[in-house]
This record gives sequence, C-alpha cells and structure tokens, in this order.
Amino acid sequence: MDQALVIAAHGSHLNAESSTPTFSHADTIRATGAFAEVREAFWKEEPSFREGLRTVDAEEVYLVPLFISEGYFTEQVIPREFRLDEWDPELWDSDGTSATHATLTAADTGQTVHYCGPVGTHDSMSDVIVQRAKSVTDDPDVGEGFGLAVVGHGTERNENSAKAIEYHAQRIGEMDRFDEVQALFMDEDPEVDDVTDHFESEDVVVVPLFVADGYHTQEDIPEDMGLTDDYRTGWDTPETVDGHDIWYAGAVGTEPLMADVVLERAADAGADVSGAIEQVRQATGDGNPATGD
Amino acid sequence: MDQTHVEAFADAASDGISFDGIEAQVEGDSYAIETADGSATVVATDEFGDVAADYAPYVTNWYFWHATAPQAEPRWAFLRWLEGAETTPVPERYDALSDGRTTEWGELAVTVSLTEDGGRVYDLRHEADVGTAVDELDTYEDPAAARDVAKHDDRGRYRPLKTAPSLRAGWVFPSLDPAALVEAVHAFYPATVQNWYREREGQLDVTHWHETVERQTGIYGVVKTWDRGEGYEHVNWVAEACCDDSQCLKRREWGYDADTDLDVDGGDGEFPCREPCSLVVSAARKWTKLEAEEPRTYEFELTPSEKEQVEAIVDAVADGRAADIREADTSDGANRYRARFLRAKLFDDDGNLCGVETDADD
Repeated sequence: MDQALVIAAHGSHLNAESSTPTFSHADTIRATGAFAEVREAFWKEEPSFREGLRTVDAEEVYLVPLFISEGYFTEQVIPREFRLDEWDPELWDSDGTSATHATLTAADTGQTVHYCGPVGTHDSMSDVIVQRAKSVTDDPDVGEGFGLAVVGHGTERNENSAKAIEYHAQRIGEMDRFDEVQALFMDEDPEVDDVTDHFESEDVVVVPLFVADGYHTQEDIPEDMGLTDDYRTGWDTPETVDGHDIWYAGAVGTEPLMADVVLERAADAGADVSGAIEQVRQATGDGNPATGD
Repeated sequence: MDQTHVEAFADAASDGISFDGIEAQVEGDSYAIETADGSATVVATDEFGDVAADYAPYVTNWYFWHATAPQAEPRWAFLRWLEGAETTPVPERYDALSDGRTTEWGELAVTVSLTEDGGRVYDLRHEADVGTAVDELDTYEDPAAARDVAKHDDRGRYRPLKTAPSLRAGWVFPSLDPAALVEAVHAFYPATVQNWYREREGQLDVTHWHETVERQTGIYGVVKTWDRGEGYEHVNWVAEACCDDSQCLKRREWGYDADTDLDVDGGDGEFPCREPCSLVVSAARKWTKLEAEEPRTYEFELTPSEKEQVEAIVDAVADGRAADIREADTSDGANRYRARFLRAKLFDDDGNLCGVETDADD
C-alpha cells in the first residue's frame, strides 16, 4: 500500500524564508522515492494544516511536525487542525522529550495517520546539531578546543521548550566531543546574552535550536550576543566577542541532515524507509549513524 | 499510436471497454467495436491491430486516461475538465487539442495539446502571457520551480496568500506532463484542485466563520469574543476586506454559520474557499482587539477638499493603488506630495491630526 509523508511546519505570513527549510527537506526525501508522495502543510501558509491531508492520495500517511519542542503546537494545534479526533497527548506517553507516535484516523479524509513526535525531540536531532557545528566551522572533526552552545527560546510559552534544549545539550555533552556544552536561552537563565561568561574555551559554536531563520535567529540572538550592534550590517564567522571566537551557526533547521530526522520519525512509526535513511545520511551528513552511538 | 496502445486497449477490451464514446468487447473470436459517431466493426482478435488505426483517436484517448494520466480522482477530474472531456466528443476534442485548448485557473492559463502519440502536453503560464512567444518568457521545466515563481509579487513583496491576485507574469512551463502539471498547479494554488473536486462531487466540507473562531486557542482564542450573538456585520466587514475577488481568487463558500450567509459577494472564482484562512483569523485577532474600543467624538477642522483627501488616501491604500500614483499627479488626493502637504499643515510635532490628542481625556 502506498505511504505518504506530510511534514507539518509553522510557516509565516511575514517572512518569505520561513518555509524554505521545510520545502528543502521535503525535496531531499522526495528524491529518495521512499514515499509515493511527500507534502508540506503549514499553520500560516498553504496548504493549511486543515487541507494538508486531502492533497495526498495515499490511504496511509506519516505526519511529522517540523517543530522543535513538544507542547502547544504538537499536542493541541496540529492534531486539532488535521482532524485527528481520537488524539490524546497520553498516546505519546512523553515526559516532554520522549514523544513517539500514535496511529489515528483523520475525520475529514478517513486516512490512517501515523502522527509522529516533533523532529526537535528525536535523539537524532543531537547529531544534526553536531553536523551544524561541522558545517559552520567547515571542520568535520570540530570538537576539541571548542565549546558548544545550544540555544533555545526558553519557557516563555512552553516549559518543554527548555527541556528539548537541555536534553540535546546533555546528550552532546555525553559524546565527549566538545570541551564544553551549554544550553542557553533567550528569555531565562542561563541567557544567551552572556554567552562568553559560560565558556572557558576560546572558540564557541552557537547553534540555535530553531526550525527556520527569521527574526530570532537573524536579528535578536546575534545582537543579544554582541556579534553586531545592528543585524543589518551583519557579522563575521567567527566573530570575536570578549576575547572568544563565536561561530554562530544560524537555525539548526536549515541543516540538510534535518531530512534524516524527519525520516527517523517516520521510521519509528513504522514507515518502510531504511534505504532512504542511508541515502539521506550519505547525501547530507558524513555517513555516520545520525544517532551517534 | 503505437503497439503499446493497441496491446493495452485489446487487453482491456477482453473485460469490456466503454469510455469517451468507444465501446469494445470480445465476442467469441472477434472484437466488437462501436463508437459514438455510429461506426461499428467486428474484427477477428488477431486482426485487431490492423483496424485499430481507424480508431486511433479513441484508442490513444483511452490509453492516456488509463495509463498515463494520474489516476487519483481529483487530479484525473481536473485534467479531464481542462480539455472538456465530459462534454466534447473525442473527434472534436482532438481537433481542438491539436491547436491547443486554453483554460484559466485563477490567474493561471493552462493550454493542453496533443502529443504525436496521442498523449497530452501542458503549457502553464500567467493568463496575462497567453499569446506571448515562449522564448520571450522565463522558461521552467521542474514543477517545483513554481514555488519560487509564486513566492513574491512583481514588486518583490512576499505573497503569504497564494490565491491573492498578485501572481507575477513573465514565465512559462511550456511542456509539462499531466502529473507535473497538477504538481505545478498545487504549488501555485495549494489544495484548490482537491477542494474544487469535492465541491463538484457535492462533498465540500465548509466550515463557517462562527465554527472556525470557536475552534481557536492560544493567541487566536480572543477572536471568539468578537461574536456576541448580535449579528454578523463584523464578519461582512472582514469578508469585504479580505475575501473580495480583488484580494483572493477563491470563491468564498463559508458564511457566518450554516444558516446565515454574509451580505457581501463571495466572488466568482473557479475554486471554492471552504473556511476562513489563517490570514483572515490572524487579521480578525487584530480587529477583535481594535473593535473592543468604544467610539469617541473628536473635533477636527478640515476644508471640504481635505476631508475628501482623507477619503482618497484610505481608498488608495485599500485598493493597493498608492504606489501607482504618479509623483507629479497632484490631482489625486493620495498623491505623495499631497499627503505630505496635508501632514505638514495639519499634524502637530507628535503626529496628532489637527493637534487633537488621541487620549486627551485620560
């Protein structure tokens, strides 16, 4: 039976590039041929979440949220808008970073929907963060002599937002790859404004755990960290701040290896995509298992 | 027509074919073939290939719709509609397709033509470019390129609403196959084919305004409070502001609720709008807050022409005309010099019209 993949992302009414990573990861997965159809659906763009499912013909759909944390969007908005009436957050049985998947029926189309946890809390996301560090430093062996800051929103809207950041920071710390790994936040302590206070290493890679580049990653965070006084004038990579070299990576969601996490989510929910996972890792990463261990 | 067509047709005829004006079935050792124009033949099964050429348009037409075109019903029906397949018999249709048959879909123009082997090829462009030579337009082959074409208007502004009538012209996909055509149409106008098909089948699932706002949570939950059970004039204003054909090419099918239509025109678009979209809900959130304010009486002194000028400025902005007004056209009240003069004369240093403070009593 044909299987389809629908990637659910936020999108934007104002920022033309918000949806770019979604389309680009979808294109990567489309090229593998693992799914009969791969579609994008958006909260703020079209097709809307409400009309995403009817654009795929398959009776069996893997629905993967391209969101960073578990919470309001993944537990309320997406299931409601996709009309997964039988949804209950208990079905994921998650502690905030351990969502799995749930198999439900869409009320409007009757399709079987395997509703997956968001990409942001999948274990393989840790490897995308590391890959992002490799990309921004252009060094496949980056780690020794470097600190790594994983940056997130914080608890402003959702307590799980901080959990996802801390979860990956801890996992990457346990890899013993970087000299230091820290979770930093925009609206709570430890704050990204004081990034250099939190690191001894001269070189620090800063990876914001955001799906797309936009106001936060391209204006707010660079100015808060002191990379620049005015985001419009840009900054260097690395940029020197208080005697540290800051390698600012921009949104982790733009890293091509993110396509692998989408596939991992679908695979965990039962999609037959093992060949595609290999293919995508080879094309977008360094071929090592995304889970790292 | 080639051997593949003949073999596939003969194969299917063993179960009986009745499609677009041709009927074929096996009768003993023969095929019985009959077409809508009255031609009938009985031919031995091993001689079918020899006479199939006489029915070439019917055979290739059958083959295209069963072996080439996407089989999912909405796509299939859309492609059929593009060539008038349900209303035009094959001979006339093939005559028309040999010159190319053009249909508009929003601001898109799709021209379907026959290929040499009786298949179809689709030319997709902006309706404003119909008749323009392909080599004068930016040419694309990959339907995914439609995403970039659709992203910004001709002044470089981001288009958050795909069905806004602001699609830029100057491009063409000159030779899409049927699946790629539907993909490109999806990229320009997502889900419109599926909703058009549902409507044709009498299965469009319309969600009306009240139901839509009742569903909202988070920062949009406040919109619920705008429905006070005191009528729906506010929704008329929303639809007039956002859903008019000048703003969106979908035909609005939703009303205030299932029993209450709105009083403003829903538009004439080919494809339906089945519920208030995210732009409408997002704008409604702003209006819910603004409309919670109580009116006050302000006193301004304006000349009659200044009053009319204020009206002209609102009109020009509302109609998206402000940027088109010529620099030296001071006869237009929304002309930039005219607006700057009005501001210089009537605004105080804090930007208050006629020096009247907004919250003078507070």
